[in-house]
Amino acid sequence: MPVTCHVSPRNGDVVLLVGTMKGAFVARATARRRDWEVGGPYFPGSAVYAMAYDNRAGRRRIWAGPNSMHWGALLRTSDDFGRTWTNPEEANVKFPESTGAALKQIWQISPGRDAEPDTLYCGVEPAALFVSRDEGVSWALVDGLWTHPQRPKWQPGGGGLCLHTILLDPERADRMRIAVSSGGMYVTDDGGATWRPSNKGVRAEFLPDKYPEFGQCVHKVAQAKRRPDRMFLQNHWGLYRSDDRGESWTDVANGVPSDFGFAMAIHPEDPDCAWIVPLESDEFRCTPEGKLRVYRTRDAGADWEPLSNGLPQDGAYETVLRDALAVDALDPAGVYFGTRSGKLFTSADAGDTWSAAFDGLPPVISVKTAIV
Amino acid sequence: MAVVFLIPGALRELAGNRGEVRVAGAPGTIGEALSLLWAECPAVRDRVITERGDVRPHINIFVDGENIHDAGGLGAPVGDGSEVLLLPAISGGASG
Repeated sequence: MPVTCHVSPRNGDVVLLVGTMKGAFVARATARRRDWEVGGPYFPGSAVYAMAYDNRAGRRRIWAGPNSMHWGALLRTSDDFGRTWTNPEEANVKFPESTGAALKQIWQISPGRDAEPDTLYCGVEPAALFVSRDEGVSWALVDGLWTHPQRPKWQPGGGGLCLHTILLDPERADRMRIAVSSGGMYVTDDGGATWRPSNKGVRAEFLPDKYPEFGQCVHKVAQAKRRPDRMFLQNHWGLYRSDDRGESWTDVANGVPSDFGFAMAIHPEDPDCAWIVPLESDEFRCTPEGKLRVYRTRDAGADWEPLSNGLPQDGAYETVLRDALAVDALDPAGVYFGTRSGKLFTSADAGDTWSAAFDGLPPVISVKTAIV
Repeated sequence: MAVVFLIPGALRELAGNRGEVRVAGAPGTIGEALSLLWAECPAVRDRVITERGDVRPHINIFVDGENIHDAGGLGAPVGDGSEVLLLPAISGGASG
């Protein structure tokens, strides 16, 4: 087994949780975000699609969903930045026997709202949502989504039939959105009992009806904290904005080299500012022209500007996956992303300039960030 | 009557740090013998089988040297003193 090293974040540090195809890593830097230390690999050999940081109720808890090809997937936590991890006797996220389903992958871990500090949500493959009300000790399938009459018609994308995005409405405790590849986005207004599709205006190039009620291959959705009616959506093809909480979507692929991509993040304070990484579609799925460029809008998608200062611009055929881009809560915002080739780039100035913090990680699947 | 399970290194901590677990009873099939193992080492169960009760796709189970894939799956017979190997397949390891 590889030798594992650890980091010891201090108060005020920025932490990156990096999930890869071969394990998880935890990186730290001071708020200057210039010099990064990395700990790991944790769960070597396991694919880690989902990680999260839970700082509610005084916790400093890292969540991870390692998936061993041999031994399956389960949720594990660390309260000491990776030095020790729980290893539950029983797999904590399991489909009820009555469903006839078996867990393939844990795709998303989302701590609940601050007002419900013991609640967590988990999105998985096959596409389903689980909820825990006891700090993640026990998990229950959200039946209202699993039994949705449209669910049998969802189709798997290249990554499988996965529920990859969970958005808790900042203002309404009973409202939540999820996104499924390829089922589209769904919203509940009653705490998960009932769900309705929310894809008006989002196209599905791969279906006879280009604008169906559901079935879109949504890759990522982001919601503005300060203005919850503002959302951005990166589709399999298509880049969209909503100003009515996802009830309708407008194409904002203005000036981008491709409207295909996976990753998307929104500024924590500025609802007009978002970042994406366009990729050439469909089979190639690499950065256009061999140039690694993040695109940023500061005017809600009216324009997108390429950000390339410090990023390779020659022969850089990179892929950034749907959860591999993250933005911190500092000012100016720190932006971080990892590539399938194992590079991790950081920016401490909202993307104006970039540095390669790590080169040589296993393929990066997810990047999450937190201020300790 | 007893069946002996040889526990792979990755699961030994979950089996009370044992590399060998002897279960007593009268199982006629490997499925019945595994149920006895789960009673003895409950944490091993979810690592070896899915919630559907299927052996995970990259785990091989050998009874007295024969892969149960070729011997009736979970219905493969076991006898007194049978030795059962739980082994990760060489197909394992995340891709990428």
